[in-house]
Amino acid sequence: MSLLPQASRMAPRIDWLIIGLLIISVAVLLLVFGLMLLYIVRYRHNSNIDRGKIAEKTWRLEIGWTAATLLCFLGLFVWGARLYAQLYRPPGNALIVYVVGKQWMWKVEYPGGQREINSLHVPVNRPVELLMTSEDVIHDFSVPAFRIKHDVLPGRYEMVWFTADRPGTYRLYCTQLCGVDHSAMTGWVTVMAPADYARWLAASRTGQTLAQQGQVLFMRFGCSGCHHAGLSGGGGTVRAPSLNGVFGSPVPLSDGSVVVADERYIRDSILQPKTQIVASYEPVMPSFKGQIDEADIVKLVAFIKSLAGDR
Amino acid sequence: MSEVTFQYENETHRADTAVAGFWLFLASEMLFFGGLFLVWTVYRQIHNSGFNQASQHANLLIGSINTVILFTSSAVFAAALPAGRRGANRTAFWLCVVTWLLGLAFLLLKLWEWKTDLGEGLFPGPDFSITGPGSAGAPLFWAFYFVATGLHGIHLLVGLGLVAWIALMAYRKQLSASNATSLEVVSLYWAFVDVIWLMLYPMIYLSGHVG
Amino acid sequence: MSITLEEARESYLTEEGTLRSWLLTTDHKRIALLYLGSTTVFFFLGGIAAAAMRLQLVTPNGLIVSNETYNRLFTGHGVIMVWFFLVPVVPVTLGNFVVPLMIGARDLAFPRLNLFSWYLFVLGGLIAIYALFAGGVDTGWTFYTPLSTDYAKGHVVAIVLGIFISGFSSIATGINFIVTIHRLRAPGLTWYRLPIFLWSLYATSVIYVLATPVLAITLVLLAFERIFRVGVFDPALGGDPLLFQHMFWFYSHPAVYIMILPGMGVVSEIIPAFSGKRLFGYHFVAWCSVAIAVIGFLVWGHHMFVAGTSVYSAIVFSILSYFVAVPSAIKVFNWLGTMHKGFVRFDAPMLYALGFIGLFTMGGLTGLFLAALAADVHLTQTYFVVAHFHYIMVGGMVSAFFGGLHYWWPKITGRMYPEMWGRVAAIMIFFGFNLTFFPQFILGYEGMPRRYATYPPQFQVLNVLSSAGATILAVAYLLPLGYLMWSLFRGARAPANPWNATGLEWQTPSPPPHINFIVTPVVTQPPYNYPPPEAQEHV
Repeated sequence: MSLLPQASRMAPRIDWLIIGLLIISVAVLLLVFGLMLLYIVRYRHNSNIDRGKIAEKTWRLEIGWTAATLLCFLGLFVWGARLYAQLYRPPGNALIVYVVGKQWMWKVEYPGGQREINSLHVPVNRPVELLMTSEDVIHDFSVPAFRIKHDVLPGRYEMVWFTADRPGTYRLYCTQLCGVDHSAMTGWVTVMAPADYARWLAASRTGQTLAQQGQVLFMRFGCSGCHHAGLSGGGGTVRAPSLNGVFGSPVPLSDGSVVVADERYIRDSILQPKTQIVASYEPVMPSFKGQIDEADIVKLVAFIKSLAGDR
Repeated sequence: MSEVTFQYENETHRADTAVAGFWLFLASEMLFFGGLFLVWTVYRQIHNSGFNQASQHANLLIGSINTVILFTSSAVFAAALPAGRRGANRTAFWLCVVTWLLGLAFLLLKLWEWKTDLGEGLFPGPDFSITGPGSAGAPLFWAFYFVATGLHGIHLLVGLGLVAWIALMAYRKQLSASNATSLEVVSLYWAFVDVIWLMLYPMIYLSGHVG
Repeated sequence: MSITLEEARESYLTEEGTLRSWLLTTDHKRIALLYLGSTTVFFFLGGIAAAAMRLQLVTPNGLIVSNETYNRLFTGHGVIMVWFFLVPVVPVTLGNFVVPLMIGARDLAFPRLNLFSWYLFVLGGLIAIYALFAGGVDTGWTFYTPLSTDYAKGHVVAIVLGIFISGFSSIATGINFIVTIHRLRAPGLTWYRLPIFLWSLYATSVIYVLATPVLAITLVLLAFERIFRVGVFDPALGGDPLLFQHMFWFYSHPAVYIMILPGMGVVSEIIPAFSGKRLFGYHFVAWCSVAIAVIGFLVWGHHMFVAGTSVYSAIVFSILSYFVAVPSAIKVFNWLGTMHKGFVRFDAPMLYALGFIGLFTMGGLTGLFLAALAADVHLTQTYFVVAHFHYIMVGGMVSAFFGGLHYWWPKITGRMYPEMWGRVAAIMIFFGFNLTFFPQFILGYEGMPRRYATYPPQFQVLNVLSSAGATILAVAYLLPLGYLMWSLFRGARAPANPWNATGLEWQTPSPPPHINFIVTPVVTQPPYNYPPPEAQEHV
């Protein structure tokens, strides 16, 4: 039985929070148990010690211990909330890896086209951002050694990020009940030195990057028939928004609002194109729901992300 | 030992206690329907266009006629309470009958409306008929519609049973100043069923026309 | 206050003994016993499931059952223990029996509704048991969508129907208690003279009435989606699975306060009685019960810190969760303050109450870990949470229930339980419980997820310890079943007030006659009116 390793930059900070909580808890427990033991011995019914008068004005005591409790709690709250906010703010230069959960396995896809099942390889000391979705029920991606965990939902992308700072292999679990083999949906996260990581990436190449695989799909599903993408596509009878540089830029919609095109927007545009129509365009894009699975959508998203702007 | 002297100081104490209990029950019913209203509110925010489109397919004519029917029945039954309290059992009986018939009319119209809704492909599923631009979320509206009107209908059906029970009491000349608690409780219930409908009506029938 | 010997001999137990008189009774005392019988059955059913689970977890690859069966076991365990034991037990057994006695009334406000609520409870329970035995449900007691609506095999609709029906039993009980406490108090029994048990039950009843309906509509929507394969939580239709979670937890968090408030109320009765001293800070303790109920409605989002809600909502729910812990802490300090300068006796009820204070405090403190957002990310969905809620629910609540059962047993049955066995069981429960659940805090921190039928080998030692503790706990829970039943036939006859406690319930014979009080009592004293230390004789 070994103690859980601290393998990410946040891990020690979270452990300190837990230790702080532990110290406060032990102190309170000692106080409560101590007083209890003291009272049951000192004031047991057949002890003759002088009990004196009972305190009449108790409200000062009540306010006192209430205020002390509240103050202590507020401190813990602030501590926990600040760390949590950091857990939800990934740095801009994070390496992005796509994760698709499905009953009962994790599919991991790298921008370079590498892919694996129930396994994640990351370089040490580099922020990694996981964009995760589920093909079926709610799962949860959890790596205790990194102290991270997040539900993985169908129909949307959820994000979790970490900076692993210790090479090694660490357990990965699914921690949201997802069916019969929920307890089998586990795997390993491997943290490697940069050189080793580069070697691993090269060795695991499938011949095409994720974006290149996405481009193949883009053409196979006929997207290029309407949309400009790179130097090709578009030019048909249907007028469709160009996708060059769309990722990360503001998109004006037909109802007057403006959204920033992120992974969610792209995924929704493929599966539910009628929900957000780009301003001045006709709502004629067909839905590809049921035709493209989440793993392939991830490739299309990667392709569209790779398109440089022509504006 | 009569029920009054067993527990209560007097008949008023007992009657008030029964009514107080019923108000608490109605509070729980408000929370029950409240959860449903929450679902509608949340999804109308998220899928505003789809909900508006979906609501436009609701049968405004039947919905409005039903609203008038139910509203009228409430007014009619509200008159039964003072009648019962002063022992005018015959009057109370006929007021119950009219209320009951109006309630039945509501239910029958509702069933017919459901039939037409289903015929138009408004039950969410593979054959759902509202598609096209801006229709995302429309199936959610119609899922809400069937659950809400179904639950309301069940409550109305129970209400019909209760009103019939009061009608029977009136038929047997049992209503009086000291024996009107059951009537009071049932009239609260009937009013509640009406109130729920008055909240459902704009949610279902009007929301798409002001979009 | 005089009662004739004849009337005293004819207690609610001995008057008419036919099956019909029991099944059609409107006497709150008999209904309490009907409930006691049925909740006990459910407790042991849920306990058997737990025993099977702990046996399974003795080895990493699972000792006795398949993954599928294990999932069904913990679902059954959760559903039964939550809805058919913890949520009802203290109010419907101890509450039903004691509330009218404590307020000097002859029965609850709505005796027939009371009986009806028992039938609803049994009906719901039978349907749930059918669902569990006819193949089971494997969604967890939390029924998250889309697993429960679109993917799970099993009798989801049936079990949800059983829970739905039993919910109306809760609502009926809540209405009964609120109206009774408002309107049937004996003359002179003002709100600030009420025993804390009644304040706690009042607060619990408010939650029963307002929270249970939200569960009801959530389950209706769940069933609709499962039956018609179309529904409001389905992402494919634009629905949001998180909406289910919000609605579910909006009930299920207050539900845990339904479970614990009555237990705290019991402890607030036992500690003064066995310290021979009035409750310290009565007003604070009374209003803390209300505060727990109110704030308890505002913290449901703390079950969703990693579910996909926004950071802002998480922050709000975290601070509110810290707020809700404050009144509970105040109560613990007040109980200790009650013992200070008291005359402490160690009868079984007191041992259970002391156990409650210790175990509830441990459980409550670990709640602080989970309320701390960043710590929760690591600890949620692991055995840490499992240990946390079992410390409160089992270590706390079940101990309180047993304490109250022993405390009022003489009043309910007219017999004394065997004191030595009572103490043995209380101590055995305390130690068995800690051995079972303390290792789980460590398992959780180390990363062992909950609801796992199999686990990595490094977790085995702690799992074996936990299962060993569970064996001790199982025996410890069987002991009271044995000696309490024994006491019905061979226990010493109990006087009206075996504990020399204050409270109207001790002013009637043990067991009471059907009408509780021949003459309605009039109250002129504050509650817990024990003589001050200088006036007490040291026994």
